[in-house]
Amino acid sequence: MQLDDLNALAEKQRASRKKICLRTCMSAGCMSSRADVIRQNLDTAVKAQGLEAEVEVRRVGCMGFCGQGPLVGVDGVKEGGMLYEQVKPEDASAIVGALKGDKCDVALGDPGHPFFARQMRVVRANGGVIDPERIEDYIAAGGYLALHSTLTDLKPAEVVEQITRSGLRGRGGAGFPTGLKWGTVAKSPGAKKYVVCNGDEGDPGAFMDRSILESDPHLVLEGMAVAAYAVGADQGFIYVRAEYPLAISRLQAAIKQARQLGLLGGAIFESPFNFNVDIRIGAGAFVCGEETALMASVEGKRGTPRPRPPFPAESGLWGCPTLINNVETFANIAPILRRGADWYASIGTEKSKGTKVFALTGKIQNNGLIEVPMGITLRQIVEEMGGGAPDGGSIKSVQTGGPSGGCIPSQHLDTPVDYDSLNRLGSIMGSGGMVVMDDKTNMVEIAKFYMEFCMEESCGKCIPCRTGTVQMFHLLEKITAKRATARDLARLEELCDMVKNTSLCGLGQTAPNPVMSTLRFFRGEYEALLQPEPQPALSTGATEPSTIR
Amino acid sequence: MALTTTSEPSRAAVRPGPDATKDKRFKILEAHIKKFQYRQDALIEVLHKAQELFGYLEDNVMRYVAAQLKLPPSRVYGVATFYHLFTLKPQGEHTCVVCLGTACYVKGAQRILDAIEARTHIKPGETTPDNKLSLLTARCIGACGIAPAVVYDSQVAPKQTPEDTIAHLNQWI
Repeated sequence: MQLDDLNALAEKQRASRKKICLRTCMSAGCMSSRADVIRQNLDTAVKAQGLEAEVEVRRVGCMGFCGQGPLVGVDGVKEGGMLYEQVKPEDASAIVGALKGDKCDVALGDPGHPFFARQMRVVRANGGVIDPERIEDYIAAGGYLALHSTLTDLKPAEVVEQITRSGLRGRGGAGFPTGLKWGTVAKSPGAKKYVVCNGDEGDPGAFMDRSILESDPHLVLEGMAVAAYAVGADQGFIYVRAEYPLAISRLQAAIKQARQLGLLGGAIFESPFNFNVDIRIGAGAFVCGEETALMASVEGKRGTPRPRPPFPAESGLWGCPTLINNVETFANIAPILRRGADWYASIGTEKSKGTKVFALTGKIQNNGLIEVPMGITLRQIVEEMGGGAPDGGSIKSVQTGGPSGGCIPSQHLDTPVDYDSLNRLGSIMGSGGMVVMDDKTNMVEIAKFYMEFCMEESCGKCIPCRTGTVQMFHLLEKITAKRATARDLARLEELCDMVKNTSLCGLGQTAPNPVMSTLRFFRGEYEALLQPEPQPALSTGATEPSTIR
Repeated sequence: MALTTTSEPSRAAVRPGPDATKDKRFKILEAHIKKFQYRQDALIEVLHKAQELFGYLEDNVMRYVAAQLKLPPSRVYGVATFYHLFTLKPQGEHTCVVCLGTACYVKGAQRILDAIEARTHIKPGETTPDNKLSLLTARCIGACGIAPAVVYDSQVAPKQTPEDTIAHLNQWI
């Protein structure tokens, strides 16, 4: 494969396009509402109505508006496109008939709605547009050009410099500068190096990575290949949770196709660069999102973390220097190289560059996946794009960062979404889960929900996390059962501090965050549940038992 | 036999146990292990396959995997019990997985679970005495846009209510 072949393939694919395209969302969300049948029926209807010459029915990845699925997009009929929502299999012939001007009662969405209009699609540019199971579609959209120009025009150090200049920070949650990480791995001595893609999206309420892998798997593979070239690796692993079977099968297909075309494997683009990717399937352990635990799991062991340093950049998989980035981070690489680091750095805020994909869910009108420039305010996201709380309720708080994050109350909705502003409010950017809670949500219950999660997911290696989370959960249970006193609340806060500061890995260190942030903004809800301290009986003068313990 | 070996292991020494030779599932599993070139780091992949074939990880299956990969049985058992998706108990004919991710939780997944428990008298992780249904919970299946979601025999169903779920389960039990 050379550049000419790539361009020829792209040209051939573009030439095969028909005038009108019916894009059927075939991502996990819409698939659960029989999107596969809808696609079949659309195909049959197109043939039955004799429109094969000008209409194609395309399988696409996630369009984002998951709450209104199954979705069918129509291109080539109306300026700006059309979007059918909540489509049923039996609607197919009406949708096809409408192309000829027949009447159609299927609900039409508004592509100009702020939910779409406010988005800036960099990572998700192909999501809902291309067929994720055909590499030709990705190539026609400019795919693998960035890899080609990297291999032919840039030295590895220049790639690292570009990524550093773009200001990209890790999208897994902590926001470590990506260029710096790449530079460290590149400089680490070692003949064998690895690149690992962290697709163990365990935060409940988050599905950005799932959607990227399902909608545009080649984008991630291309990013990984560029990274491997930059750091000097020849083997990559993608670690995906077993809960995402569709993402796994699409990745498998993508790797196979890329190998067949010589875009993965040996001598890519006839250069001396070799790169292979293998998939590793998780088995249901939240802690495996932590990088050292993930590496243990890739090696086929129990996913328990280990202390850092040494960081994976120095000693990772099988003791070799290893680059670990999140799915979304890798998905940003090809666009950065295609359009330039300066272009990327012009998006976002001073310290948080580019865009971020969020999964907007919970008590909100418009559920789904959005990609927005950093620096947009939470209010713009939840009120304008999300349409506020359903059924006339009001928004009480927005939870970001999953079990490691915090709840941001409504009075802080004007906070810009960037790494540092969210940290200041005691939450984190996290991987991108954004769960909206309305005025009916009990914040103490939410804190308990997350603590139960952390308790069950604690791997048990270090004591503060293993026992601390259990004790905190019991205290929260006592509070919600209205059996706790002010003394229990004080003990809970003490434990939060201890677990946060003494746990081995990120899971334990951040487990108290949901409690601390709800205590910070909704302390009244906790205090309302407390019982008065039992008075010691005066006649005996006995000390209250719990003080002895 | 050394428990850890870095040299090319000899397969002749490792034969499946007596019941293994009769059961062709072991043959399929062995082919899968071969595909991974008997690599010890493929343990999780191999266990996934074993569970797919046998429904759960029986003791003799774990012993077989340990012998094939030349790993101590404790290591196989340790991995099998560490990860939530591996089960050491047989599952019922049908499975129902209630997603308890945050989005599903704030939209009433707990009420669904309560309704199922009341109807079936089993708790998550348990199977009905007639072996018809296993009830499980998930930490998040990534279907948050269509919360609350329930998975019936690996079919994801969107926007479920307690009534929907009970109606679905009544077809099975």
